Amino acid sequence: MRINQGCFSFLPDLDDTQIAAQIGYCLRQHWAVAIEFTDDPHPRNTYWSMWGLPMFDLADAAGVMHELRACREANPEHYVRVNAFDSTKGWETVRMSFIVQRPTKEPGFRLIRQETSGRNLRYTLESYAVTAATEGARYAG
Amino acid sequence: MGAPDNPQQILDPRKRYQAGVLKYAQMGYWDADYEPKDTDVLAVFRITPQEGVDPIEAAAAVAGESSTATWTVVWTDRLTASDTYRAKAYRIDPVPGQQGQYFCWVAYDLDLFEEGSIANLTASIIGNVFSFKPLKAARLEDMRLPLAYVKTFRGPPTGIVVERERLEKYGRPLLGATMKPKLGLSGKNYGRVVYEALRGGLDFTKDDENINSQPFMHWRDRFLYCMEGVNQAAAQSGEIKGHYLNITAGTMEEMYRRAEFARDLGSCVVMIDLVIGWTAIQSISNWCRDNDMILHMHRAGHGTYTRQKNHGVSFRVIAKWLRLAGVDHLHAGTAVGKLEGDPMTVQGFYNVCRDTVTKQDLPRGLFFDQDWASIKRVMPVASGGIHAGQMHQLLDLFGDEVVLQFGGGTIGHPMGIQAGAQANRVALEAMVLARNEGRDIVNEGPQILADAAKWCQPLRAALDTWGDITFNYTSTDTSDFVPTASVA
Repeated sequence: MRINQGCFSFLPDLDDTQIAAQIGYCLRQHWAVAIEFTDDPHPRNTYWSMWGLPMFDLADAAGVMHELRACREANPEHYVRVNAFDSTKGWETVRMSFIVQRPTKEPGFRLIRQETSGRNLRYTLESYAVTAATEGARYAG
Repeated sequence: MGAPDNPQQILDPRKRYQAGVLKYAQMGYWDADYEPKDTDVLAVFRITPQEGVDPIEAAAAVAGESSTATWTVVWTDRLTASDTYRAKAYRIDPVPGQQGQYFCWVAYDLDLFEEGSIANLTASIIGNVFSFKPLKAARLEDMRLPLAYVKTFRGPPTGIVVERERLEKYGRPLLGATMKPKLGLSGKNYGRVVYEALRGGLDFTKDDENINSQPFMHWRDRFLYCMEGVNQAAAQSGEIKGHYLNITAGTMEEMYRRAEFARDLGSCVVMIDLVIGWTAIQSISNWCRDNDMILHMHRAGHGTYTRQKNHGVSFRVIAKWLRLAGVDHLHAGTAVGKLEGDPMTVQGFYNVCRDTVTKQDLPRGLFFDQDWASIKRVMPVASGGIHAGQMHQLLDLFGDEVVLQFGGGTIGHPMGIQAGAQANRVALEAMVLARNEGRDIVNEGPQILADAAKWCQPLRAALDTWGDITFNYTSTDTSDFVPTASVA
């Protein structure tokens, strides 16, 4: 399966020129850009590991691309995403987020249905990769 | 009600309060010199006085009938600080290009209104006055709600920022679809449509306004099967999905029962119809705040009083009231779809939903600056007769903070519902990508879609089926202010 997170997951994977163009857009909005990675892509896993701090006051995308290359090298089979933060009053949140690297194979999620009272069901999503291996040893190939 | 000989308030109390009938202006409901206070509630009405009725006297009557007046003088006014409680019409202008119509501005003292109650506000402002005989027609065009009053409301329980954080979806409009056919599907078949649309790539699916608990599908069946579809699609896509479960019912008790079941099943969103009324809306909004639930508002019924320009209540006012009352999603028009909506006027509604401070903008129908006092933003919803071929227009008109809902444009796709959803999602992401790259999507949009359709067969099929469909009819509800070149 292909995890549909981030705002471009239905497009073919972006190449570095396209990624740099999107980062350029974020910088023109005066957003701070951050890189995050994980091997637990549960849709409610909010806190991916930060690759350093968000980058503030950048003039162009080159600095982010440099950090992105380093993050990919250190984590070749992790999910990596670019986030953009807007500190404007009334937003003060992420305004854009897109995946820039995926593992070679994405085994997806199991849906666990717990039958309870009446016909009611309690649903749980569980990542096959997470249940198969410990942190850092997932998606190893 | 001809022209008063002297449209001034009679100041001598003996003459003013002598039993009998006076002009409203003479009673003090017209004051051309009045300077509105920052704490006043302000309203602009479009009035069409009957033949022979003086417009100033008509404006004074509007102020009177929407505040303290009755048709005759009453001595009991003298037991109160009636000068304060009297609303004051303070300005009147002919409507540009509309013979016999006038905009009249009325100021209301803050103490005329109970805190945190839209029911109370509307009982005054649109209570008696719209049936008043000397007016052929009246329309509430806009309101300025003072900061002190805004702060007495809790506003949207979730708001755009928190909704996106809960969904972990940023940087693009959200996508939805209303399930079709609106009526008649069994719970199991209905849930199939939900699943297919979400699995194909939509973020949300939606009950229609009149799906409640009918013989063909009782509400518990609908909830159970829809949540199965939601969770199955979430597992297979790795993203959070939702279905607006319509909890509209005959009583508040039943609505709470349905809301609780939706919560217990793990739904992130519930839905209500505008027809449930202001008090019910505020109550269920409180429930949503207590239960971390997104509240979707379907504006069922609004067209009966918002559409005609000469009579009723503008939707921009309804949107302001709903933002105070506290809804998270609000259908606010598409401009390009099948339902009423002039593009500038619709953009005005979107501003009301999304701004932190809304600026006066007459071509968009906004008469006042409005400070929202950090009340959360409402996510507008564009729904009704839109399709993937209009993606560039929709993104250009409305930006990222909107839910674009393609019901027929998803479910009617020739290759199936999943393909329809995928076509919409690909069209959307391709357009956002291109816009961010600096391309001129208004002009290059059709080419951007055609390029994506080269590798996405469902998008190709969608464009082939609906590419040329437009709903080009003249709008009824338009601003009467045309932008003019400013004098340098």
